[in-house]
Amino acid sequence: MTRIGLIRLAVIAALIGGFELACRAGLVNHRIVIPPSEMAGALAALLASGAINSDIERTLGVVAVVIALSVTFGFAAGIAIHALPRLREALEPLFATYYAVPIFIFYPVLIAIFGLSPIPIVLIGVATAIVAMIIATINGLDRIPRVLSKVARVHRLGRIATAVRLQLPAAAPYLFTGVKLSVSYGFIAVIAAEFILSPAGLGRDISDAYTDFNNRRMYALILFLLIIATVVNTALHALDTRWSERRTGGRP
Amino acid sequence: MTISPSQREVHVQVAGVTRIYPAAGDHPPVHALGPVDLTLRKGEFFAVIGPSGCGKSTLLEVLAGLQKPTAGRVTFEGQLVSGTVPEGIGVVFQEDASFPWLTVWDNAAFGLRRNGVKEAEVRRRVDDALSFMGLKDFTRAYPSHLSGGMRQRVCIARTLVLQPRFILLDEPFGALDAQTRLLMGDEMLRLWRRTGATVLLITHALDEAAMLADRVGAMSARPGRFIEIIDTGWPRERDSGIVAEAAFGEITGRLWERLRGESMKALGYDAAAMAAE
Repeated sequence: MTRIGLIRLAVIAALIGGFELACRAGLVNHRIVIPPSEMAGALAALLASGAINSDIERTLGVVAVVIALSVTFGFAAGIAIHALPRLREALEPLFATYYAVPIFIFYPVLIAIFGLSPIPIVLIGVATAIVAMIIATINGLDRIPRVLSKVARVHRLGRIATAVRLQLPAAAPYLFTGVKLSVSYGFIAVIAAEFILSPAGLGRDISDAYTDFNNRRMYALILFLLIIATVVNTALHALDTRWSERRTGGRP
Repeated sequence: MTISPSQREVHVQVAGVTRIYPAAGDHPPVHALGPVDLTLRKGEFFAVIGPSGCGKSTLLEVLAGLQKPTAGRVTFEGQLVSGTVPEGIGVVFQEDASFPWLTVWDNAAFGLRRNGVKEAEVRRRVDDALSFMGLKDFTRAYPSHLSGGMRQRVCIARTLVLQPRFILLDEPFGALDAQTRLLMGDEMLRLWRRTGATVLLITHALDEAAMLADRVGAMSARPGRFIEIIDTGWPRERDSGIVAEAAFGEITGRLWERLRGESMKALGYDAAAMAAE
């Protein structure tokens, strides 16, 4: 592990340790927050009991569907919008203000149309994540060096070969940024949507535990989601760093 | 008996080539080039020099088949070149055109693999080209780990493996410092002698043109036309050492004499008024 990585770990360990001490010393009300070690113990017991397996499956399944749809259709839409300059000109102001609109306000409408199924959650998730992918795709296509299209012609590549062999790899770092954002937004939207109105899922489970004053269960589930989100984002970040190291030689 | 350039067979013929970019939006049509006439003989090293914006790169792109001429015709080995790049033509661009996602070796192998050349032959040609370009110790490196000059050599290697008979170089050393340019010039001369290809070099550097080429074509300000073609008279076996020769100074002096007024025109100066002052 690098020196920076060790410092990062030390900072996190110090924060958790400090929080543990504060809880144990009674500086934090035990009825409001339990010590981190108890959260970990409660999570281990919950996982071992298998009581939340179906919720884990449902939530992670919905998140996976949301990410897959957002990335696929966001990429396709980005290509189409990039190819149609007038459409792009018309849509760009909407993209710029898109995240200022609270997409969750449409949740009741979606519930009314689709009922309490995973569909409204998937739609809310896709609506939240897809625009990040569209913007990243357009940005990536903008940044393909012009000289590559000349190189393609010198090598007598056709349209598809040019796109697959040159344009796609050239735009890949920007597309990957879109994927990372879609994953984050997808996660946030699905958990939040489950909180509001969903018969099942980890978000629903946390909400129920909160309503029932079941702190041990609530913090165990929160810890579980934190771990999942951290692992996924760290893995994506590690991949991104490895690729950009190759492409830029470590230069920013 | 050695064959002088003028006795060799015609390789590339440019006849009355003009390029006018059509009006776009509020911008009127731009007459960028011509009419230009030029004959390149097989195995000749020809340099084109001229003021900024005179149409040098347009000429290169028309010769390569990357652009269609508005009028006139270009033939390569007797075949008409018009809008598509024929087999046998290789182009090295001024911009860094290396592929950052591929290693040096895979960059060089790109065109051969694309053409379906057998892997053993790909290996032989790529290893040979990288060794010739002094990159054999960097085969597994990515372009980002190389200097600008080395990345340009990767692009040259990628062109070289395809064994082009006509190599077009668009200010390939434009981004390099003066010393590196001289050394890259030596490499270009080695490459030219080894491949026997016809080479057309676009450059804005008088010394580079005078050192490398058998003939140097000086172009006017836009629309670019050849105002003089100077025969350098250098022997085929030459290197950057010729910059110390008196003839080198004479050639660069003569080139500058022809280009000074054109460069001032390109910058918007009134050359006649300035001379009168």
